[in-house]
Amino acid sequence: MLRATLKSLLARKLRLILSTLAVVLSVMFVSGSLVLTDTLGRTFDNVFSNIYSYTDVQVSAKSETADAASGNSSAILPVPASDVARIEKIDGVRKATGSVFVSGARVIGKNGKVVISQSGQFGGSWTGEDELTKLISGRAPSAPDEIVINNGLAKQAKFAVGDPVDIIARAEARKTYKVVGIMQYAGNRDSMAGETTVLFTEATAQQVMLGETDVFNVIDVKGKDGVTDNQLRDNIKAALGPKYTVQTGDELSKASSEAIRGLLKYFNYFFLGFGTIALLVGVFLILNTFSIIVSQRTQELALLRAMGASRWQIIRSVLIEALLIGTVGSLFGFLVGMGLGAAGASAFTSLAKMDSAGLGLPVAAIVTSFTIGILVTMISAVLPAIKAARVAPIAAMRDAATTDKPLTGITIGGGVVTAVGVGSLSWGLAGAGDATLLLVFGGVLLTLIGVALLAPLISRPLVAGLGSVFSWSVPGKLGRRNSSRNPRRTAITAGAVMVGIAIITMISTIFSSLSTAIGESVEKDLQADLIVYGQQTSDVPPIIQPDELKQIKALPQLQTVASVTYDVVSLNGKQDFVLAYDDVPAVITVLKLHPVAGRIDHIDSGEFTVDEKTAKERKYTVGSTIQVTFAKGQTKTLTLVGITNSTSNGNGVVVSNTDAQAGFTFPQPIQALVKAKDGVAVDDAKAAVEGVLKNNPEVSVQTKKELVGSSQQQFDVALVIVQVLLFIALGISVLGVINTLLLSVIERTRELGMLRAIGLRRRQTWSMVTIESVVITLFGTVLGLVVGAGLGAATVTALKSVIGFGAVTLPWGYMIAYIIGAVIVGAVAGLIPAIRAVRLNVLNAIAYE
Amino acid sequence: MTTTVTTGQAVAARAVDVWKVYGSGEAQVIALHGVSVELERGQFTAIMGPSGSGKSTLMHTLAGLDSVTRGEIFIGDTRLTGMSDGDLTNLRRTKVGFIFQQFNLLPTLTAEENILLPLSIAGRKADPKWYETVIDTVGLRDRLKHRPSQLSGGQQQRVACARALVSRPEVIFADEPTGNLDSRSGAEVLSFLRNSVREYGQTIVMVTHDPNAASYADRVIFLADGQVVDELLAPSADAVLDKLKGLDAKVESAADASQAG
Repeated sequence: MLRATLKSLLARKLRLILSTLAVVLSVMFVSGSLVLTDTLGRTFDNVFSNIYSYTDVQVSAKSETADAASGNSSAILPVPASDVARIEKIDGVRKATGSVFVSGARVIGKNGKVVISQSGQFGGSWTGEDELTKLISGRAPSAPDEIVINNGLAKQAKFAVGDPVDIIARAEARKTYKVVGIMQYAGNRDSMAGETTVLFTEATAQQVMLGETDVFNVIDVKGKDGVTDNQLRDNIKAALGPKYTVQTGDELSKASSEAIRGLLKYFNYFFLGFGTIALLVGVFLILNTFSIIVSQRTQELALLRAMGASRWQIIRSVLIEALLIGTVGSLFGFLVGMGLGAAGASAFTSLAKMDSAGLGLPVAAIVTSFTIGILVTMISAVLPAIKAARVAPIAAMRDAATTDKPLTGITIGGGVVTAVGVGSLSWGLAGAGDATLLLVFGGVLLTLIGVALLAPLISRPLVAGLGSVFSWSVPGKLGRRNSSRNPRRTAITAGAVMVGIAIITMISTIFSSLSTAIGESVEKDLQADLIVYGQQTSDVPPIIQPDELKQIKALPQLQTVASVTYDVVSLNGKQDFVLAYDDVPAVITVLKLHPVAGRIDHIDSGEFTVDEKTAKERKYTVGSTIQVTFAKGQTKTLTLVGITNSTSNGNGVVVSNTDAQAGFTFPQPIQALVKAKDGVAVDDAKAAVEGVLKNNPEVSVQTKKELVGSSQQQFDVALVIVQVLLFIALGISVLGVINTLLLSVIERTRELGMLRAIGLRRRQTWSMVTIESVVITLFGTVLGLVVGAGLGAATVTALKSVIGFGAVTLPWGYMIAYIIGAVIVGAVAGLIPAIRAVRLNVLNAIAYE
Repeated sequence: MTTTVTTGQAVAARAVDVWKVYGSGEAQVIALHGVSVELERGQFTAIMGPSGSGKSTLMHTLAGLDSVTRGEIFIGDTRLTGMSDGDLTNLRRTKVGFIFQQFNLLPTLTAEENILLPLSIAGRKADPKWYETVIDTVGLRDRLKHRPSQLSGGQQQRVACARALVSRPEVIFADEPTGNLDSRSGAEVLSFLRNSVREYGQTIVMVTHDPNAASYADRVIFLADGQVVDELLAPSADAVLDKLKGLDAKVESAADASQAG
């Protein structure tokens, strides 16, 4: 029996290749995403363990609004320099060194633009050469305008010792410094993780990075011999009290890499999301392939039955086949996926200028790949095998044709699954706290599976309708009939296409609705002609310098200039964004605000205003009080004095400018809304403001129209990225179409022979197969468009209350493009099966049994 | 009924010294051994012979489905040998009809659509009068909207016959048309084929190994070892059976002789 199984497996090479390919493709995506995230994760770990490998214990001030583990370091609290001496007296301490090292030193390159680094733009104090840091050229900084830069920055921006460099520091406007030295880290590393670093003299660093004198932000402590890091930490903690954060080097590297890993987790979700989609598509593909293969073998299996094989032997033989194909397919899929993951990781690390940790073999990836590959294949095979074993031997030998089974069961099942999916989706979208993401994701998944199960029923009218387009020619008619011949097979093949298209369409619908909503609301709510702001590239927001704002306000072309700043605070114990305006009446004018309750025309210290929607959500009324702890540490009780209407531009809590100046990490304006005087052309006003900002490369001026365009453009870019990834999943489903058609062509060999014998030309044969392919692809696409648009519209409608846009804009352009794409893809997918059909030897085909 | 004169005009299909060789060297099989036959227009010819005698190969080469190694094939005045696939397809569209043992109907089409399939493939319209005649002759009027799976074997084969007839081809080639039918349905199909020859002057060439089926033909050609060995006009089933027995004996003794030698 085993021998017979193996022989039949090897005898049909094409069948073997196609079914293995199905498994390879599905497993590939899953293992690829797991390997990628594993490699990146270890890369980040390495970076941080390197950075802190020479640190015994580090001391910093404890911040109320942000902790290091959450990755939010926007609030930097200074430690007085006198603490260094205090710490040195603590038992077990050999040496304490205070230093400044914070993000926010933006270096202006030779092209006049800020040197971009995804890993951070750090500025700090030069503490001399040590185990970690070495000068490779030049000398240490000694004058206030002298700096040392890391070799990574020197290479990236082509700076050499002696060059003048402009820097916007965290607490200082643009100023020119002079490079006197270039440094490297231990192990000849130009940077730790692709960041840029500028090191000033201690006094300059304190002033330009922290904005104060005689302060540090971290104190590195070295222990005496024989004192463990943990002991040292506990000693210092006990001596300094609760206002300080004391961490060992190990803790720090763990916390830092955990912060990055937190970000990586979303990355992981993203790829695993695609992995899941690919897997779903892959399951369709494997299931379909096996059900066709086994039904084609019904006769062969019946012969074995007639010769005395038991049902169990038949099922076992199919299962062994599936096990072999599943194992081989998973192995190849895993290897290819590993290659793809490694390629992705090396692309990422070289882009981010990091040293890759090298390719690893994550156990999770191995287990998942093989479990999924083998299990799915065997489950896919066992259902048709049971079906085949049930057929009476003689019946199967006499007539291999699979009879049309009623679709009642599958339709009811599909209906139930769809209903559960839609239910879960609506529950999730209505808001279910922590379970929301799970419910939404599960709902989308179940809806897709449910619709796929309903697809055989839908396929009859829909395929007939789509196919009628092609019915003007005989091959067209034949192709259409062929595609509705086996509704289950057509539906499951189209189902794989549907999944990809549905998800793309859903995301496009959400994005295009969002994009339209933004355009409309900006149009409606914003009275400003110009918006001055910068694209944030690090945790430090681009700032409009106070004197620049003063100059803008003095411009004769302008009528109103309102500046906005914001920061993260702890509001009633929770992290939240709060806004502050320097000129409340000006903001009221440009944002078209009006009072809903109380007064809004001025906000004094200890007061706040809020918009209507936020007030409703949080049940604030005029007179309500909130506890706000600002980034710089002070806690204040604020009283609500007025409620404004809600707009698209800046909802939430607005505190007084006085409180913002005292408490915000960056009290300087981050955004300015400008209204030109009547009669002044917008472009003239823009040119005037640009003139003021010519020395601030981070901040730019946009007209209202440009703002709408650039915010919509962001969605377009995001959409393109999502689409590229999903098209890969779609590619797998196209292979499913090829697979199905190839197997159909083989199955219908005799029929094709007859058609050729009675005069069907090669070209006509070609178009017959192609049209079948196009009809199946189109069916899947149309189904996907409807389901995707439905899911997208549901999401948009449900998010109405959360985000504040509710009008559904269907991405017609994309949708039409998908349909045209489907026709092309269908024709391409039909290519190989069509060639096979055309090359058929008429005589053999007629004699084919 | 037309005459049996073998003038060039009256020949529907013709094989001239046709050789068909499969394989080479040790594995070489000579399927046709210099066969020359003329199939007269308006005649019902049966080709008979034991298994491996080359009867199917002869029919396939005559129908332009298979190439010949040497010799020439004509349908009417058209020389098939050396034609391109496109020309052969054209020829099959206009001059040749097929009836297969396995019926070979398209399961997705109705009986009527199956019958009209060769015409619609060629983009031609059926002659309505002729179409009606064919439908009535095969007796399928009330079954036209049925799918093949809803028809019995005999009915399916009658659909296949109607499909071959409706385009009025020069020759219809029937490959064991009753091989998959019970004797009653087989007899129906055969008498229907004979009628279309007698009444409408259709030329039919049938390969069969059933003497009873051959007795419906006007002429029986016997093949053995790839050669035409005998021929019988207006045969009866018994006469055919006798001839076959003689042939089998000849073949057997030849085989014995070659083994002994």
